[in-house]
This record gives sequence, structure tokens and C-alpha cells, in this order.
Amino acid sequence: MFSSLTGSYGSTLRYKSVERIKPIGKHSLLGASGELSDFQEILRYLDELILYDNMWDDGNSLGPKEVFNYLTRVMYNRRNKFNPLWNSLVLGGVKNGQKYLGMVSMIGVHFEDNHVATGFGNHLARPIFREEWHENMSFEDGVKLLEKCMKVLLYRDRSAVNKLQMAKITEEGVTTYKPYSLRTHWGYSAFENPTVGAEGSW
Amino acid sequence: MDLGLNEEHSMGTTIIGVTYNGGVVLGADSRTSTGMYVANRASDKITQLTDNVYVCRSGSAADSQIVSDYVRYFLHQHTIQLGQPATVKVAANLVRLLAYNNKNMLQTGLIVGGWDKYEGGKIYGIPLGGTIIEQPFAIGGSGSSYLYGFFDQAWKEGMTQEEAEQLVVKAVSLAIARDGASGGVVRTVTIDAEGVKRKFYPGDELPLWHEELQPQNSLLDILNASSPEPMNI
Repeated sequence: MFSSLTGSYGSTLRYKSVERIKPIGKHSLLGASGELSDFQEILRYLDELILYDNMWDDGNSLGPKEVFNYLTRVMYNRRNKFNPLWNSLVLGGVKNGQKYLGMVSMIGVHFEDNHVATGFGNHLARPIFREEWHENMSFEDGVKLLEKCMKVLLYRDRSAVNKLQMAKITEEGVTTYKPYSLRTHWGYSAFENPTVGAEGSW
Repeated sequence: MDLGLNEEHSMGTTIIGVTYNGGVVLGADSRTSTGMYVANRASDKITQLTDNVYVCRSGSAADSQIVSDYVRYFLHQHTIQLGQPATVKVAANLVRLLAYNNKNMLQTGLIVGGWDKYEGGKIYGIPLGGTIIEQPFAIGGSGSSYLYGFFDQAWKEGMTQEEAEQLVVKAVSLAIARDGASGGVVRTVTIDAEGVKRKFYPGDELPLWHEELQPQNSLLDILNASSPEPMNI
């Protein structure tokens, strides 16, 4: 799962080291876009959920499917009270060898798929996924595909910032990688003098 | 979530014009957006009015283009009639007339800069209502909000051409770092007695600011290079 480390305030890129992907329990990762304060509140709810689950001390633990279901109920019920949590959430995880990936929107619309995205990613990244995702991709393939999509988003999404966070979840557990930036390409001759011969255009 | 893809093209923008000892440097970013989508990541917002006068455009892309087209047309005729290059003051005032008399319909902020033999290098700011104001330096566009403090501290009278250009590139790059509506490359146009020089600073060659990191080709390179310890749970 990839996200950029942005916390915007309108069109101001106010915070540039915000982690928007967090591990939930032992088996899930939650990524969020939208209102940061609402995301933090959701993390509190999930923290409590996991805590109560641990207190049973029965050897069982909530897997991604269960956490996802809880989230969809929370989001939908808030929407019904006309007080939504303003987030788009991506929940991914592995339990007992079974992989799971789903998305929940702020109005409670939810679905599972092999590839999901929030915000502009829906328009720019998902078409690329549909073409290039296939069963049995390796870790490297996955990273390359996601980086390709993040680069497009970097060029074309106004709210993007060149600082990325990657997190991986497998049966063994969660791995969060250090933030890094991608190289962008501007060296086209057309970019250097775009209005030669058409003064006043863009 | 409303992505605003049917909104009009706006150049959120950061535009700057700075005078120095012997001429002017104009600078701008290169992002044109339609709502939240970046319609053009390599736009040219510094437009020629005459051989010796250029204008930086911000706000509505359509409005700023049409104003600069009209002014270029008028100045062309004016130059023929006058028999010599138009002055920066005349160019700026033509822009002002259009901006002021159509103030209810236009949404564009402009910075006119150039060099003429009478006054040397001059910068005129023409913000939204059609005010005209001659300044030693001018900043405009949404990204300029982040530069007022910077210029208060960094601007000095009597800079050299190199100093002025470095100041402009640094300023636009700082604004790009904080303004979502600005981005891409930094373009500069330097105008003096000798003529006009265009420069291009690609997005990956700009300095890195607070919380910005050195770009990499891929995460896989980082992992293979030195096997650093990723944070594990």
C-alpha cells in the first residue's frame, strides 16, 4: 500500500510528514485520505476494538474482513446521522494465508477488489491497475506498478507531494518502509519552449 | 468527492517580477489546473507583449490570455505609429485599461516587466481590480501568499543579474513547495538593454526544502542498495 505523506489545508501543503497508513492489530493495514482528524478518531475506535478483542485472551484475533466490516458499519451509521467521517479508507490484510483488500467511502459504500485507490487514484491509477495487475505478481512487480501510478498522480494531482510511504503486510506481519521521493521527468524539448510559434498560448 | 474536472482552467500560480541593476527578471511556475486536476504541468505563463516587454499571467487562463493577446495587438500598432519600441509604462497602462474597464468580468492578476531606453528596467503590478502600481519587485498568484515574509527579508536594492535570478528561482521554488496550485518547472525571462533571455529550471533540479527528500528511481533501489532496517512490527 502506498500513500503520500501530505496533510493539506485547502490549497496549502501544510504538513509534509503525515503518516496515513497505519497497522491495525496483527493482520491489517489501514490507509486513509480526507480529513485527518476524522482518521485519527477512526484509529481510536479501532484501537478500542482491538483492545477488547485482546482482552478475551482466547487465541483468536480480528482479521481484515472483520475490521473492514466494522469500518463500513461505522461509516454508514455516521452518514445516516448526517455527520459523516470525511474519509476514504483502504483496508488490506492477510490472515491464515487469505489476502484481503477493500475500500470504504465516507458514505459507507464499500467493496473488495485486487486493487483499490482513493481520490484521484480512482481516475488515474485504477485504469493502469486494470491493464497491468495480474495474479501471482511478485513484491518487486507490485512496488513497480504502484510507483508508476504514484508518479502519474504526482504529475497530475494538485494535492500531491513528492514524499511517499510504503507499507507491506504479509502472513509474517507488517513492514513500514522509510519515506522517500520519486524522480520526476521534465526533460522534454516541448517543455522547454512550449509557446514558440504560438505566443500567448500555454 | 467533487474533483472539479469541469471547472475553468485556472493558473493558481506563483508569478514574480524583480528589477536589478540594468534590467528585470520575470519568473513563474508552470502549473495550470482544472479544479484539482493538473491540466498542463509545463505551461508557459510568461508571455511576450513586445520585443522588450513581457507579462506574467495568473488567475483565469482564458482571461489572462485574451488580455495579453489584445495588448500585443495594440502595442504592435502603437510601435509602428511611434517608430520606435514601446515603453514598459505604455504597455503596462494598456493592460491596466483592459483590466480596469472590464473588472466585473475578468479574473486575472498580471505583472508587466521590461526594459526601455528612457527608464531602464521596470516592473508594474496589475492586480485584480485594475490598479497599476510600479514596484521594484512584484509577486502575484496564489503562491505569492507564502512569499511576502521571504521577500521582506531577502529583497535588496541594487542586485546583480545573477543575484536577482537566483532570488526569483529560490522564491518560486519555495512557493511551489507550499502551494498546491503551483508546481512543475520554474521559468525565467531576463530583459535588459542587450535583449531577452529565457531560462528553464526543471522540477527535479530545484533545491530541496524542509521535509523534502532526495528523489530516487524506485524503492527497490533503496532496498537493494544497502539493506537498511525497515521498521518492523
